[in-house]
Parts: sequence; C-alpha cells; structure tokens
Amino acid sequence: MNMAAQMKDAEAPVLEVRDLTRVFSIGKSWLKEGKPLRAVDGVSLTVKRGEVLAIVGESGCGKTTLSRLMLGLQQPSGGDIRVLGEPLVGVDRKAFARRVQPVFQDPYSSLNPRKTIGQIVGDPLIIHNVGAPSERLARVETVMEQVGLPRRLVNSYPSQMSGGQRQRVAIARALVMKPEVLICDEPTSALDVSVQAQILNLLQDLREELNLTYIFISHDLSVVEYMADYVAVMYLGRFVEVGPAKQVLNTPKHPYTQALLDSILTPDAHLGLPQLDLRAGFPDPLNPPPGCRFHPRCVKAMDVCSKSTPKMVRIDDTDVECHLYPAKD
Amino acid sequence: MTRADSGASQTSEPVIDVSGLNVDISVPAGILHAVSDVSFSVGPAETLSLVGESGCGKTITSLAMMRLLPRSAKLTARHIRFDGMDITNYTEKDMTRLRGNRMGMIFQDPMTSLNPVYRIGDQLEEVYMRHRNASRKEARERASFLLEKVGIINPAQRLTQFPHQLSGGLRQRMMIAMMLMCEPKLLIADEPTTALDVTVQVQILQLLRSLQKEFSMAIVLITHNLGVVARMADKVAIMYAGKVVEQGSVQDVFDRPTHPYTRGLLECIPRHGLTAGHDKLGSIPGIVPSLVGKVTGCSFRNRCLHAEEVCAMRDVALRPVKDNHDYRCLFSPEELAGAREGVAAQ
Amino acid sequence: MSQTELARSAPPAPKGPVEEFTTLAPSPRELMKRRAKSHIGFIVGMSIIVFFCIVAIFAPFLAPHDPYDQNLSARLVDPVWGAKGTWSNIFGTDAFGRDVLSRLMYGARLSLMIGFTAAFIAGVIGVTLGIVGGYFGGKVDAVIVYLINVKLALPVILVALSIASISGGSILVLILVLGLLTWDRYAVVVRSLTQQFRDQEFVLSSLAAGASHARIIFREILPNLTNQIIVVASLDMAIIILIEAALSFLGLGVRPPTPSWGLMVAEARAVMFFKPHLIMVPGAAIFLLVIAINMAGDGIRDVTSPEGRG
Repeated sequence: MNMAAQMKDAEAPVLEVRDLTRVFSIGKSWLKEGKPLRAVDGVSLTVKRGEVLAIVGESGCGKTTLSRLMLGLQQPSGGDIRVLGEPLVGVDRKAFARRVQPVFQDPYSSLNPRKTIGQIVGDPLIIHNVGAPSERLARVETVMEQVGLPRRLVNSYPSQMSGGQRQRVAIARALVMKPEVLICDEPTSALDVSVQAQILNLLQDLREELNLTYIFISHDLSVVEYMADYVAVMYLGRFVEVGPAKQVLNTPKHPYTQALLDSILTPDAHLGLPQLDLRAGFPDPLNPPPGCRFHPRCVKAMDVCSKSTPKMVRIDDTDVECHLYPAKD
Repeated sequence: MTRADSGASQTSEPVIDVSGLNVDISVPAGILHAVSDVSFSVGPAETLSLVGESGCGKTITSLAMMRLLPRSAKLTARHIRFDGMDITNYTEKDMTRLRGNRMGMIFQDPMTSLNPVYRIGDQLEEVYMRHRNASRKEARERASFLLEKVGIINPAQRLTQFPHQLSGGLRQRMMIAMMLMCEPKLLIADEPTTALDVTVQVQILQLLRSLQKEFSMAIVLITHNLGVVARMADKVAIMYAGKVVEQGSVQDVFDRPTHPYTRGLLECIPRHGLTAGHDKLGSIPGIVPSLVGKVTGCSFRNRCLHAEEVCAMRDVALRPVKDNHDYRCLFSPEELAGAREGVAAQ
Repeated sequence: MSQTELARSAPPAPKGPVEEFTTLAPSPRELMKRRAKSHIGFIVGMSIIVFFCIVAIFAPFLAPHDPYDQNLSARLVDPVWGAKGTWSNIFGTDAFGRDVLSRLMYGARLSLMIGFTAAFIAGVIGVTLGIVGGYFGGKVDAVIVYLINVKLALPVILVALSIASISGGSILVLILVLGLLTWDRYAVVVRSLTQQFRDQEFVLSSLAAGASHARIIFREILPNLTNQIIVVASLDMAIIILIEAALSFLGLGVRPPTPSWGLMVAEARAVMFFKPHLIMVPGAAIFLLVIAINMAGDGIRDVTSPEGRG
C-alpha cells in the first residue's frame, strides 16, 4: 500500500496517511446511540514531494471527509497523518495549517465578501504572527504575482472579480504560508471551461516552481489524468484502486474504475453515449453491503464477493481491492 | 395525439423554430443585450445543444422560448414558432397552457426544482390533472407508468416519498418523469446533469436519448460540457456574449471548428488518452466583455488571436463554412486555419 | 479593393489578447453609494433622523424657551396656525404655560437617547447569544434557543410595566428594562445567519489557516452580519421609542416634569377636546421619527444587501 516504497530514491514522503478512519454517529440524541457511518474507513496513502495524488469517486464516497481530516478540520476516529514524518493528529490546528492548506471548489463562497484581497491573502500571516506589516504586504504581493494577480488588486474586493480571478486569490491565500501540501477539492468544477484550463495550468506551474505536493480531489477523470501522477479510486470510504495515473487510467483493474473510465465523455462527435457496466444505484452508506461493498453494482460479481471483504493486492505498481485478483497466501 | 405517425410525417416541420431572437434586459447601468440575433430550429426527435460559458445568453435563450423571462427583459424576434404557431406574442394565459404540457423544462439542480413539501406523486399527478382534466386515478396510473419508464424500480412506493428522501440521480429521473407526464413535443434541459456524478450523468443522458426516440421529442440541451454535447446532440450552437458564433451539425462543428472561440474551447479541455503528461492546456485569456450599452464589432475580439482593427469596426453576420455550418467571423476559414498554424509553429 | 482587404492592410492593431484585468467592476462601497443615492426611502428616512438628531443635540441652543419654564398667565396658548397663535410659541403652550416646541425638542433628546442606548444594550445581548449559538451549535445552542423561547413568551409591555411600577420610573431603569426585553429579535436573526456563514468555505479556509474561533467570529462572521444587525436595530429602536412613549403615557416611564413625548401626550389628555394640537404635535413627532427609522432601516437593507455575490 505504500506507494513510495517502490520508488528508488529514498526521499522521505511529504504526506503520509495510515489507516485513517472517521466514523460519524447518525441520528444520535441524548437518549439513544447513533448509527455508525464509516465515512472514511481505513485509508492509507503516501505522497512524495512534487507529486500529485488524485482522489476520485462519486459524491458520498467520503472524499470530502477525507480532505477535511487531512486539513485538520475534523478529528479522525483512528489512524495517523504525518507531514515530513511529523505526526499531526491531535496537535494544534495552527501546526497543521503551516503544512497543509486547502483550495476549495467554490471561489464565490471561499472568499469573505467583506474583506479586500490583501486582507484575505494576508490573513494567515497575521494568524501566525509572521513579520511586520510591511513584510507581510511584501509577501502578499509576491504570492499574488506568483498566481498571476496584479499588485494593484490588493485593495479590491472579491465581488469585483471573475470566478477565475477569485480562484487565483484562493490559491494565493493557500500559498502564503509556504505549505508543503495543497489539498485541492474540485478546484475547477465551478469554473467555465476556458477558465478551468487557466487554473489547471497555473496549478501545474506552481507545482514545478515551488515543488508543491497536491492532493487533487475531483470527479472529472479527464482533469485528473491531466493533473495526477497517482490516482486513488474511492468507494464508500475505502480506496479500491491506487496506483500510478497511467496504469489506473489506461489499464484499470477494479470494475468500478472501469465504469468511471467508461463514463468519461470525450468531445468526439462520432461516438455516442457509452454503455456502462454498472448496476443499480449508490448504496446507503449507513447500511453498507456485506463483503465487497461494490458487489451489488458489479457486473463481474461472484459468490465470494457478498461473503468476504477482499484484501488489497498489488499488481504491477497498482494496489487493488477486488476478488477478481485473489491474494496469494 | 397518436405517436405512431407523428414522428414520420413531421420530420420536415420543426418543433421549435426561433428566428432573430433578441433579449434586452434593463439594468441600473443601462440596457444589457443578453441575446442578439439568435436563430435555430429543432425537429422532432432531434437534439440541439446551446453551448457557452456563463453569461453567454444560453439560459436566457431557453427562458425566452418558454416566455419565462424576468419582467425587466424585453423580447423581440422575427418569430418563435412552436409546432407551427408563432408564440412570440402569446399571452401569459396561452403560455400557461403550453408550459408543462407541450413544452417542458428540466433544470440543473433537481433539489430545488421539486417542491420539498409535497410528495413526489402529488407533484407528478398535479401537472397531468391540470393540463388534461384527468382524474386522480388516471394521473396516478400514468405516473407509475412513467416512473418505470425512467428506470425507477418500485414506483408505487416512490410516489409517496418526499424529494429529500431521494438521491440526486433519482430526483433528476423524477423531474424527467414529471416533464413526460403530458408528452411534451419540446424538452428544454438546462444543465440537466451538471450536478450529478459521472456515472449517473451517463445513465440520465441515455435515458433522455431513449425517451426522446420513443416520444419523438425535440430537445434543447443547454450545457457547458463539450463532452455531453458531442455525445448527445445532433446540432450545436456555440454562443458567446449573447450571439451564436458558430452553429451546425455536431460532427461538422467538432471535426472542423472554425470560429476562433470554438477552437479555443476545444483546446481547453483535457482529453482522456490525449492530454496525459503535463503538457500545457490551451486556454483563452481575458474575460467576456460587458454587454451593457451598444456593442459594435466582434465581441470576441479582445480575446482573439486573429483580432485586427477591422474587428472592432464592423458587425459580423453569420456566414457559411459550408451547407448548414455557419460561423461569425470576418476572416475566411482558410485564413483562420492558416494563421492558427502560423501561431502554433512559433 | 474590398473593405476587408483595406482594413487588413492597415497597421496591425493590438494583436493578441488584451490584458485580463483592464477593467474592474465597481467596489462594494461605490455600489453602495450609487444605490443609496437612488433610494428615496433611505434618503427621506435618513434626513428626518438626522434632522431629529441635530434638534436633540442642539436643543439648548435651538429651543426658544426653557422647557421647564411655567407661565401661568399664558396657559394653553394656541399654536401659530390657531385663532390666537403667536410666533413666540409656534406650537402654543401646554396647561402649565410651558412652550410646546421647546418641550418637543428636549423630548427628542430623551426619546433618541433611550432608543439608542436600549437598542444598543439589546443588540449586544442578542448578537452575542445569537452568534455563539449559531456558531458552536450543539448543547450551547440548545440552551440559547431555550432562552430565546422564554424571552419570546414574555409580554414586553406588561413586564416593563410591572418592573417600572416596582422600581419607580428612573430613566436608567427604563433603558435597562427595554434593553433586556427586546434582544430576542437580534438573537433569532443573528443565529440563523451565523449558521449559514459557519459552513461557508471562507470560514473553513480560515479554520484551515489556524484561526481561533474568536478570530473567526469577529473577523469573518461579524462583518458579514453588520448590515442585518443595523436593520434589526432600526426596527428595535422604533419599537423601544413607542414603548417608552406608552410607558410614559401610562405614568410609569419618565417622571414629570421631564419633557418626554409620551408624557406630553398623557398630560394633554385632559384638554384634548379643546386643544387637540397638544396631543397631535407630540403624536406626530413620535409617528414621524418611528416611520423615518423604519424607512432608513429598510433602505439600509436594500442598499447594502445585494453585494458579495455581485
């Protein structure tokens, strides 16, 4: 499961997550115990400096909870998050903030409409008590330039800007504290196509320039293919397939990954709508199916799938959790 | 209303035929030319897609067809013919008889387009009873029939549920079923799958496709997703700043994009199997100009690689690339293609 | 030579795309100014309030007579529009021969002072409870919702009456009572708005940047509530002014001979059929101020609300 292990150089991973679990209690009141909802259920991942790991999955699969856990906005029920080997679970939120920063989906709600761009971007510096006001302003201007925003916008308000410009502001705010990891949660899905391309290009440039590490959460596999080095496919709180982007997206192993890939609509006017090998609807996460959680929707489901949970198996460089690939033991 | 012959006999007669549509909206700063000179027609069982970025006028165009524009908007058109009749000057009362009955609309967010306080069944039946003077029992039968059609497994139980008890995909199926209650001739779908997961998106589009064939509906599909357009539509109109900049059959437009904006859009999207690696994506720099006040010249010129002085001076009419494939640019397709290669070569 | 060719042979104009940030939309402040200038209710309401405030502040300089000065030889003089009116007592005199205009001016001081301070006290209590309940949720919120419900069940006038009758009518007690009895509106509005803002991504971003809860409340959420709070405050102030007048009228508010509008109405009761202007003049003042405050409050909402999302 450790993707870095196969890499030849021995550089320590920037972000390391082990067996991360988050259980919510649904319908809890003062009188009765709630029903457990395992939003994130034993997720492990490792990302090295300068790499992009994309997490794909449908809504309700737990990818948002996972990102909140990795941002320290929620406390995990179990497991471990390390940045540069330093454990972050249970420590002060501020320590987390210096290492991991978010870029959210909606640039309209992610910027406080009452603050100027300078205040928004510079806020983390004030929170962490960095430098004198003039140094802070200099840093804000540097970051704004890095994301392609002219300095004179320092005193303007978000409502004066377009969606793409706002997303640049959000990226500048995330970068101002020089974090190691950026967690981009659907950073372009609220934007127009032409603006999406600008923001994706910017993220790629910044990654090269600043040697950043991204966790890139998206449901758009074409975007993921463009951005990612590694891809993790998430289904009902678990990673069902993790591996190098090329392998996962070109030779998918898990039937769910295959279905996701089939549903990509490339703009080719000579192809009709694809046929999906996928049954029924998304299951109720409160009552996950027994055995392999994907089996009710799987066209390749066998008897064993409803009985036992498959183990993670490594094929080539990809880890898969599926009974089609039995563990050798 | 017999289905069997309607599709065959009316193929030449478009269901909706919009010609010279203009929508001006008065805003505090002046007059906003939201839609100018838009013309298209859609035949039975045909899908036209209106494509463009936010603010390009695609949603206003669809609202104009339904005559659901805000009060501050002024609509003018040579004609808007629906099923042979010019509805440009229809009264609100006339339109009420058409809407939900012979023309239906589904929206992006199925969460907000179903009323949360009524049961699904009541909402479906109400439409049918109102337009068809049907009894509750007939309406219920039709509702269960259509829920099965849209792929819902236990219709009787679903009809008694409330919208919040359903997933996004199910809700969108409900919306489609609701639109089909009165067998509309025209379905306007405004970003019907944007809020849905990718797998659900494919399923909903497939559903729309098969229902369209069965009921020989005309569909106007409004979206910004070029993949959806390519796979789903027969005809496409690319809109920019309130105008159609290129229109034609999907194959023509996607295989031979002519207007610089269409080309730019197609270069912007990452494609599975083609844009892997971290090559730069194409992008269109700049932003859409303000549409308030008098707009002269080509509105794309400030973002266009081919722009020259003349673009600011002359209004451009749509002109043919070939039969049934038009674009709105001063330069010839050859000039545009040649200059493009010149740029690429640098 | 065709027109196209002509133009093309001209020197190449700005080739390539123009800079993206050439034009900026107007700033929120500018938009607000523009909207305020065209909002009639806001302008009228604000002007009346400003007029009343100026009169109240400068009453000692503006008032033609001492409001406490009794002149028993000139009792119940008609106002200037009456049969025997004079310009020296524009609104006439009351049963003690005191100048009505002067009393009205000093009364404005009292009404506005009580209105402002009581509304401020209520605002501090209501906003604090609302923001804490809305932001933290859970058990804290349950307790605050319970408090709001208890408060909503109290009949304001009756409670104010009973407290005033027990403690006697000092202005300080009046302000405290009115402040403590009208915070619920702030709490309800602020709580629901805070719940909306709490889940917005800009609050999450600030949390992810390591900001403390206090910082988020004061720097991220509160600035977004100010216009709504001002609107509620204006409504609250109008209500407080009315209650103060009512209490004074009933003899449980401000004590005579302090000039208060409510008291002036009460004192004029005995002669209201002979000298109706003695009731009409302070009554009109109360009406005018309350309606102006409501108009301005409405105006503030219209002028400030549609920004943000542009």
